[in-house]
Amino acid sequence: MLYREAGQFKSSYAEDGRIFPIRQDRIGFALLMLAFGVVVPLLANEYWLKAILTPVLIFSLAAIGLNILTGYAGQLSLGSAAFMAVGAFAAYNFILRVDGMPFLLALALAGLAAALVGVLFGLPSLRIKGFYLAVATLAAQFFIVWVLVKFPWFSNHSSSGVVTAQEVRILGYAFVSPEAKYVLTFAVVAVLALAAKNLVRSATGRAWMAVRDMDVAAQVIGFRLMRTKLLAFAVSSFYCGVAGALYAYTYIGTVEPEGFNLDLSFKILFMIIIGGVGSILGAFLGAAFIVLLPILLDNLVPALFGDALGAGFASNLQLIIFGGLIIFFLIVEPHGLARLWQIAKEKLRLWPFPH
Amino acid sequence: MQFFIEVLIGGLLSGVMYALVALGFVLIYKASGVFNFAQGAMVFFAALSFVGFQEVLPARFGMEAGSAAVFWLSFLLAFATMVVLGIATERIVLRPLVNQPPITLFMATIGLTYVVEGLAQMAWGANVRGLDLGIVDEPIAWLMDDYGIGVSKFDLFAAGAAASLVALLAALFQYTKVGRALRAVADDHQAALSIGIPLQTIWRVVWAVAGFVALVAGMIWGARNGVQFALTFTALKALPVLILGGFTSVPGAIVGGLIIGASEKLAEVYVGPLVGGGIEGWFPYMLALAFLLVRPEGLFGERHIDRV
Repeated sequence: MLYREAGQFKSSYAEDGRIFPIRQDRIGFALLMLAFGVVVPLLANEYWLKAILTPVLIFSLAAIGLNILTGYAGQLSLGSAAFMAVGAFAAYNFILRVDGMPFLLALALAGLAAALVGVLFGLPSLRIKGFYLAVATLAAQFFIVWVLVKFPWFSNHSSSGVVTAQEVRILGYAFVSPEAKYVLTFAVVAVLALAAKNLVRSATGRAWMAVRDMDVAAQVIGFRLMRTKLLAFAVSSFYCGVAGALYAYTYIGTVEPEGFNLDLSFKILFMIIIGGVGSILGAFLGAAFIVLLPILLDNLVPALFGDALGAGFASNLQLIIFGGLIIFFLIVEPHGLARLWQIAKEKLRLWPFPH
Repeated sequence: MQFFIEVLIGGLLSGVMYALVALGFVLIYKASGVFNFAQGAMVFFAALSFVGFQEVLPARFGMEAGSAAVFWLSFLLAFATMVVLGIATERIVLRPLVNQPPITLFMATIGLTYVVEGLAQMAWGANVRGLDLGIVDEPIAWLMDDYGIGVSKFDLFAAGAAASLVALLAALFQYTKVGRALRAVADDHQAALSIGIPLQTIWRVVWAVAGFVALVAGMIWGARNGVQFALTFTALKALPVLILGGFTSVPGAIVGGLIIGASEKLAEVYVGPLVGGGIEGWFPYMLALAFLLVRPEGLFGERHIDRV
């Protein structure tokens, strides 16, 4: 009843091209931003901010990055965690080695460093396609982590290879409390997500989708394949790099190269598959799902079965449930949670009528 | 020179072990177009089941421990377990996902990996177990004495097992009715369906055969390094082999395995010290990547032709 677009007319191109053409959506979205940007940091406790909300935002950013590459440009990548590692270690070194480096600039430079590496590993995509490319991106995953471990310069000759992120300071204000870190993450992610949303709606985004649907055909009608594919790799790695830097600075604080392993890459891939391939909203939904599911299982399995099973059994059961749920989701809704949301919205528009 | 040959032979023989795992991937990819990431977990599950049955049979049913009967019965039971797993996978995972894009199927097999890993450890426990095939891992004496080249008996046995497995598979594909159907399905699903080949039965057969390959690979790897969770990583070792040889080619898996195994060991020995070692982890991938730039479909893969 409330969700109607009757009476809302578009009288200019600017209005026609809005992200949310329906007024109710705009109000809802503004409320959502207000809730997560202002109310949540005021009300939520430390555990929620530190262990759930901040990582969800950071992983959403990484998932947006992978979604741009895989969902929009159609290049399957299994190396996103490595690009996060590049971002994290680049930010660390920029702040360490350049005096008075502003944090946000370091963040941007970290993204650019990751983008550079991404373009390098994106070069094979011009010749290799499909699963061959996916396996080829594994080369990036293993090689980058090896470089970061092998050359102690990257971790400032720390004996264990673990680096501790410096204090985040912007305009003299130190972001130490979980609330401050959350707000900073939220702001960065919101800006970059908006940029991504607009990018995929632009000519660039359409070029990516054309390449995804069939690269030969796209080339025939005049898209420059090399430019389009490498741009996708660059932008995607930029997002992953910034996510990696945030991961180090606003989430866990101490990072080591091995933390950015294949498992993390798979996790990010799961996020976009569960959330919805080729959807910015999907990246957020998927990240929330993948971060929350293990926590939920952690609490639910002992509650349901008691401690009688033992820790080993419980952790195996969690593995099975996690894997099973992923298969279940793929079977029930292969287009992800974003598609479910879309269906819900369409139903809502017509409610209470069926058609 | 002797050292070089020794490293080369050692590499080639370890390449055979990679090829064994890669074979399982190729079988499933050929017949159903599924890139089965769970192959590594299946290797783990198969080896663990085999060792598990070997422990359970003497303990519960009073059979003589270490006897041939226990060995073969365990082998059959483990094989049966893999067949059941394969059929269940086909029924529960693949059938509802027919006609989905390959990436969805790939993701489903990653989910399957978690399930199989969890199941395996839940059923048999997470302890590292030894596996004895009765072949000692020592150099062949006369080669060592006469030429000074150390070639492990065990590696030769593994190579022999791989060779006979490939021969067996080739015979199955070439000379049996099921094999003909398998090839038809690999060629074109719809055409195969339309002339009355039961697609689902074929898929079940393929998964069962892949389970068998996983069992053999798991036993050999397990005898080498112990049956432990690290077996699941054999899948990662097999991936560069796969792209080097081509996803759709059985000989490709073998040749790719040999190339990867040999070059990996040679690189570790001769290039490794220059850059600080530990390059075995990524070298195969870089090699495969460089190779793909020249031949994007692998050595023996089907050439991909785009039609607009």
